Amino acid sequence: MGSFLDSINLAYLIASAVKIVFFSFLVILPMVAYSVYAERRVSAIIQDRVGPNRTGIPLTLFGGKKDIPLAGLIQPLADGLKFLLKEDFTPSHVKKFYYWLAPTLVMVPALLTAVVIPFGSELDLSWLTKFGVEGAWVHQPVALVIADLNIGPLFTFAIASLGVYGIVLAGWSSNSKYPFLGGVRSSSQMISYEIALGLSIVPVLMILGDLNLSEIARYQDKNGWLLLPFWGEGLSFGRFVLLIPIAISFVIFVISMFAETNRAPFDLPECETELVAGYHTEYSSMKFALFFMGEYAAMIIGSGLAVTLFLGGWSIPFGGLIEQWTGIQLTYHEGATPWWLGLLHIGSFLIKVVGFIIFFIWVRWTLPRFRYDQLMKLGWLVFFELALANVFLTAVLMLWFRI
Amino acid sequence: MATIVCKRPKLKWHERWFISTFLKGLRITLGHAIAIVRGRKKVTMQYPEEKWDANLPDHYRGAPTLVTDEHGRERCVSCQLCEFICPPRAITITPEEIPSEDKWAKVEKRPQEFKIDMIRCIYCGMCEEVCPEQAIFLRKDYAITGLSRAEMVHDKKKLYEIGGVREGLVNKWNDLK
Repeated sequence: MGSFLDSINLAYLIASAVKIVFFSFLVILPMVAYSVYAERRVSAIIQDRVGPNRTGIPLTLFGGKKDIPLAGLIQPLADGLKFLLKEDFTPSHVKKFYYWLAPTLVMVPALLTAVVIPFGSELDLSWLTKFGVEGAWVHQPVALVIADLNIGPLFTFAIASLGVYGIVLAGWSSNSKYPFLGGVRSSSQMISYEIALGLSIVPVLMILGDLNLSEIARYQDKNGWLLLPFWGEGLSFGRFVLLIPIAISFVIFVISMFAETNRAPFDLPECETELVAGYHTEYSSMKFALFFMGEYAAMIIGSGLAVTLFLGGWSIPFGGLIEQWTGIQLTYHEGATPWWLGLLHIGSFLIKVVGFIIFFIWVRWTLPRFRYDQLMKLGWLVFFELALANVFLTAVLMLWFRI
Repeated sequence: MATIVCKRPKLKWHERWFISTFLKGLRITLGHAIAIVRGRKKVTMQYPEEKWDANLPDHYRGAPTLVTDEHGRERCVSCQLCEFICPPRAITITPEEIPSEDKWAKVEKRPQEFKIDMIRCIYCGMCEEVCPEQAIFLRKDYAITGLSRAEMVHDKKKLYEIGGVREGLVNKWNDLK
């Protein structure tokens, strides 16, 4: 037993725990909350409205003279409080165990996929020595990914598709027709788009030759993003030709992501017009909120994955070129990334993800919902074939240009 | 029955596959968003801060109120016509004799109490029309709220307070005062 305890790397365990807590509670959950707020504000400005702009700190509740408005930024907290205080109503006709299980089965996979996404290059903590912190771990840069798996995207797809269990169980256990239809639709939609999603990233993996998401981000940092090959090896003619299959797979990936996360125009499991609210019709208070948060968490992770695969992850746009011309280090150098650059990389990643989320929202309030047969046709007859052909196209181009 | 052939527009392939139409849609929504952010477009009125007081038309039918004229006389003579015509029976009047030492002693009566239950009032304006003395008018107050039913009953004092002075009315009691 003693030798087993010795074999555990304590610093590694603590670092992992800190990273899990930090990323899930201080990055992803606030982002979930604020992307709901962003959804409401962006949809408002698209539809010529104002949106939630006045929820502030309610000082008047505590005897103050005036509230602090803060442009409605407290709205997510108020929403959360409202969900906690609402009556948690369980209809009598439901299958209780699965009814209670379903919301967690939506939320957990969505959060679980976050472990393989690299949030930044690495953080150098050696400046802590100035404040008298000692130990070998201080000099070891912290990689900003919770689990540096060598099967990154596959892991994400595997876990993300578990989210459908939550939806199907919710639909079935509600013992009511609309939720049931929503659950059934969700399962078939998930199955058909899973294939296109998986196939769409095959060209990317062929070009990068790696499944480790941190490695993928590092490669793009050094050699130009897949969709922006302007520095390093990316300046070759072959990489520019490869932009064609990459663009196709990017489009397929993003559209399949919309379908996977049940976002409009593919939000058929919950479409209000046909199915009331689909699989979560019978849910109330925090259980409903878990479905809601699960959808947004999936959206954030999906954006993170798309950014990591196609848009260079945490790398700063044109960082390689700027480094060449001005000498300011903006790219990742193994073990020699100063702490400010580490923070800059995190910021770069988050900005890209936020931009992607805004794009998600923008599309949602632009396109009408697809009809169910159109959705299926698009998935099986167009994207599947297109993604498959794209793999061959990439292979031919790669052989031709000897990449 | 005549058959109407529904003509569907013939779409090009890129329109059918949402390529150009998708971009068009994105452009439209982005245009709206930019117009709002730059303040080029009117949005909903921000109610408690902005009110429509300034934009109300002259004939707007707000809260029914009692008015005094430029001589300071309360014009109501308690004829109770408004009370009788009021469709939802919101008005209750308790008439009162005017004491002989009063300046307006020759006026028939005056209301001792005049109550309008604003929960019942439907703002139809029939009281205003029926009043032979031009004493009751629908003024422009529209935000009539209260925390209890009792608060929603406007008594005489409140009615005069909202109504205020209204000039340029027919003063048929002036000769008799």
